[in-house]
Amino acid sequence: MKTEKSINEFINPQDLDIRVINIKKFFKDIKAVDGVSLEIRKGEFIALVGPNGAGKTTLVEMIEGLQSPDSGEVYIKGKLWKGNEDTLRRILGISLQETYFFDKITVLETLNLFASFYGLGEDRIKYILELVNLDMKSKVYVNNLSGGQKQKLALGIALLNNAEILLLDEPTTGLDPSSRREIWNILKRLKEQRNISMILTTHYMEEAEFLCERIIIMDKGKILAEGQLNKLLSDYSNESNKMNLNDLFLSMTGRHLDE
Amino acid sequence: MLKRPLFQLILVQLKEFCREPGILYWGIGFPVLMAWGLGIAFTNKGSLVRNIAVIENRIIIENNVLRNFLANSESYITNDEKIYKKTIVDKKLGKINYKIIFTSKEKAFILLKRGTVLVILEEKDGKVKYYFDPMSNDAQLVYLQLSREINNNKNFDYIIPLIETGTRYIDFLIPGLISMGVMMSIMWGISYSLIEKRSKKLLRRLIATPMKKTSFLFSHFAARFILCCTEAACLFFFAYFYFDIKIEGSLIALFIIFLSGVIAFTGIAIFASSRTSKTEIGNGLVNVVVMPMMVLSGVFFSYHNFPEAVIPFIQKLPLTMLADGIRSIFIEGAVLKDVIMEVFYLLGTGILFFLAGFKIYKWY
Ligand SMILES: Nc1ncnc2c1ncn2[C@@H]1O[C@H](COP(=O)(O)OP(=O)(O)O)[C@@H](O)[C@H]1O
Ligand SMILES: [Mg+2]
Repeated sequence: MKTEKSINEFINPQDLDIRVINIKKFFKDIKAVDGVSLEIRKGEFIALVGPNGAGKTTLVEMIEGLQSPDSGEVYIKGKLWKGNEDTLRRILGISLQETYFFDKITVLETLNLFASFYGLGEDRIKYILELVNLDMKSKVYVNNLSGGQKQKLALGIALLNNAEILLLDEPTTGLDPSSRREIWNILKRLKEQRNISMILTTHYMEEAEFLCERIIIMDKGKILAEGQLNKLLSDYSNESNKMNLNDLFLSMTGRHLDE
Repeated sequence: MLKRPLFQLILVQLKEFCREPGILYWGIGFPVLMAWGLGIAFTNKGSLVRNIAVIENRIIIENNVLRNFLANSESYITNDEKIYKKTIVDKKLGKINYKIIFTSKEKAFILLKRGTVLVILEEKDGKVKYYFDPMSNDAQLVYLQLSREINNNKNFDYIIPLIETGTRYIDFLIPGLISMGVMMSIMWGISYSLIEKRSKKLLRRLIATPMKKTSFLFSHFAARFILCCTEAACLFFFAYFYFDIKIEGSLIALFIIFLSGVIAFTGIAIFASSRTSKTEIGNGLVNVVVMPMMVLSGVFFSYHNFPEAVIPFIQKLPLTMLADGIRSIFIEGAVLKDVIMEVFYLLGTGILFFLAGFKIYKWY
């Protein structure tokens, strides 16, 4: 029997951190995700890029078990969501697109709450506060944090449980360049220190280029192209015309990424 | 303790309430103010002022019973009207301050229609006539007291005043206000907070952790129970010190029925907030639940004033069950077995709505 994808001939599916097989999710006549398959190996950092409405959030939330696909399957470390919720929740680190936390609760209290769900103690919280540079803000109410600080808190919460797989939905959208750079550095350091895998959605090309070795380009619920960044660029470039990711997207769809 | 999710969830909610200045006013200040205002108005604690009008009869001046009655009273004139002030203190009907306005017949009736005056007096041939709405208890009281004073009708032996603790309006009111406080605090607090957490995707974020859904919902119940107890205690102690209100019945029964009331309304609140992520829809739903019960359930006045046919229905409302139960413990000396029916009914309501709400609950 031949498997669909050549990659499966070399890798045991059990070794894949995430395996998505032909998932679909329609909202009435909107095809939010329209037959997507992908595989993520341990230690891989993947950028899911595409303009607003491409279906990135819907795809990621289906992987996170927060939305159920109309059809298709999601395996996390070889396990389906059904029946494995509690196990899988513990190995994923998640930051949703635009979450608000409790307004009049401090950063430290928010972390205490989330840490309690994983049975974690003060040491871990202290470590996270330092990791995301919020130790000076630990007594500040969440609604008094700046946008960048809120995102760092969301990232801190995603990292609390020392997850093996990170799923970050637009972790830097709307931030100023220096806050964005700060979050990139935290993630980059993490990647160097630990063997974790990550899917990150973004519509910033620099972000994808800086953090991720593999890029998946999505539009209108479908994957347009995927591969190593250099390979993608060289495939679509020609001698006279050196491309970046933005140009690549433009040439594929006739539109700009951040439209 | 600190690592316990349920403890943390309750802690976060209690901190949220305490940091919201509105909660102090709506949860504690407002019910106390309401008890104070209504209590003063309907007991002889403060000084009551009742306005009455006298139709001036310019032709007959002699033999004037009313003018004799008012002979030594303080008086002043405004806009052609002569106004007298008179205080009648009487052991049986209490102390009432009267403001007596002499005016024309037309004006007097206009004042009555506007509710400015309660009773109109008219003197003819040495006899005083009283015009008033026989449905108004206040007017009846005024009539009773004035007729005794003016007509020198000393035959009052048949009136036995009931002004001991337990029979006053305030004794009726406080259990009603406590029950209403439970309903308002839970319906607004829990429904609104859950819907807001859903619309801000916080619910979704929480559910993405290994947090137990039942712990999350239970924490709302527990936190609200603590808050409701605090609110009720503030109201009770105010009434205890200011109006001398007492609990005649069993404290254990009171605790149990109070807890059942919190469970009933928590269930309803979770059900009401189970689907929508729009706070406006939530507001509407909460109003649909809260408004009819506020009017019907006998918080401010007895529901026995409603037509006979609807009373069995009113008695099945959770707020009626709670208010009647608490009231019977406060003023009739009820013990647990007297309110057990209400307790089971409230628990059943709470559990049923909770299960239905949990089943259709939209977490994301
Ligand atoms: N709950 C929903 N109901 C209806 N339409 C939705 C819902 N969620 C997403 N969509 C639609 O699906 C498409 C993909 O959305 P989304 O996954 O959020 O894209 P992205 O994250 O790439 O911006 C959009 O057209 C969006 O309007
Ligand atoms: Mg999105």
